[in-house]
Amino acid sequence: MLGREKSNRGGSSVKHLKTPLGDEILDLKAGEVVTLSGVVYTARDEAHIKILESGFPFDPKGAVLYHCGPVIQDNQIVVAGPTTSARMNNLTGFMLDSGVRGLVGKGGMSSKVRDELKGKAVYFAFTGGCANLAAARMTLTGVHYADLGMAEAVWEIKLDKLPLTVAMDAHGGDLFAVVEEHAHEVFQGMYPTSTTEI
Amino acid sequence: MSVLSDPDVLQRISDATCTAVRDAEIFLPGDVKDRLKHALEVESSPVAKQELANILENICLAEERSAPLCQDTGIPVIYVTIPSSVAWSGEMEEAVYEGIRTATREIPLRPNLVDPLNRENTQTNTGLSMPPVHVKAGDRFTITVLPKGAGSENVSDIRMMNPSEKGLIPKFIVETMLTAGGRPCPPVILGVGIGGTFDIAASLAKEALLEPVDAMSPCEQEICDQVNRLGIGPMGLGGDTTCLAVKVKTAGCHTASLPVAVNIQCWAARRATVEVAL
Repeated sequence: MLGREKSNRGGSSVKHLKTPLGDEILDLKAGEVVTLSGVVYTARDEAHIKILESGFPFDPKGAVLYHCGPVIQDNQIVVAGPTTSARMNNLTGFMLDSGVRGLVGKGGMSSKVRDELKGKAVYFAFTGGCANLAAARMTLTGVHYADLGMAEAVWEIKLDKLPLTVAMDAHGGDLFAVVEEHAHEVFQGMYPTSTTEI
Repeated sequence: MSVLSDPDVLQRISDATCTAVRDAEIFLPGDVKDRLKHALEVESSPVAKQELANILENICLAEERSAPLCQDTGIPVIYVTIPSSVAWSGEMEEAVYEGIRTATREIPLRPNLVDPLNRENTQTNTGLSMPPVHVKAGDRFTITVLPKGAGSENVSDIRMMNPSEKGLIPKFIVETMLTAGGRPCPPVILGVGIGGTFDIAASLAKEALLEPVDAMSPCEQEICDQVNRLGIGPMGLGGDTTCLAVKVKTAGCHTASLPVAVNIQCWAARRATVEVAL
């Protein structure tokens, strides 16, 4: 599902996405600012392994995985910022093959995942350290594989317009890779390796 | 030295430590907030604008919710200044640790401290010779807490340079941030320690992170500008501000040495100081 309105923050047009995601994600381009609403599922390393072994505890079609280990107290989300997505680089292909269409995390993912996303899904970056902003836009709706412990369990969380950036799109676009390449070029210009150092 | 083992003083040290941890975890210092607000004002990339707006909204929400700014509540690095009328003691150090344990339970903080090899968590953010308590002489009895998160600590670096390589120090600092990229949750503050011994350089780099970021020397500003030209931007998504400030501290060193350490600090540059009443 897709809505669109003028953002009062970035000044540009912001797409409003809602889970489960469908083919509308194929129109997203790396560098676009969006919001995401609806149910998402937290999944860190252990949850990925458990799903590979025992199957999905939810319907993966159009689902969104949030790379996050929240702090939950009395069935309330205390803090729920994103964790480093790269740890899940080698555990993501199966998720996407099963119908998962969105990943939310921080720091981006490998070129292997960039290829696996093609034609299927997108990776959204959420601002690192923004644990309170995340918690303020979330409602806890359920838990799966609770035996994995608080940080690693699959928490079912309803989002209310969480502000995200499309960092890797379904066509090979990768904002992190573009920024990194540019930074290396600038550094090379500032400190050329060919000149005598000292 | 009448206050040496006074139980009231020990309690006041614990209370001051606990208050400093709480203040540091929830309220970002005004000078850091001002730099972030300025970064949003001058930013030209819409993505970076959103990242900075998210960070500023998160800072307000932490204050409203009385909750830690970030889920990585860090390792609480402790700096004590002590007047000449007081003798520092093991009991006082234990009182500092008690304050950290209380803060960990009450705020609450994530227990981050583990054995380095078997990875068993102490659950209290104390124990196993940690956290460090740095004691220095001063006019007042103060406890300062700098909670240090792992994302930015893990991409910090130290290099034992040759004395003839002085001119390469800025390159090393910029290169450290180039390698770190978006991983330390930029915009960052770079604490730089130059000189001392291997360990002192790293200590100086961390102490530099206690300095206010509202002013820089011309040399610090030049390095900060170079880092910003890399365009890594907030969270590595590109943008005009990668670095809020560079702060350098120096100490004397061996004539054959030139140690340089770069301690990277994420945007959540948390620090707070509380005075202990005597």
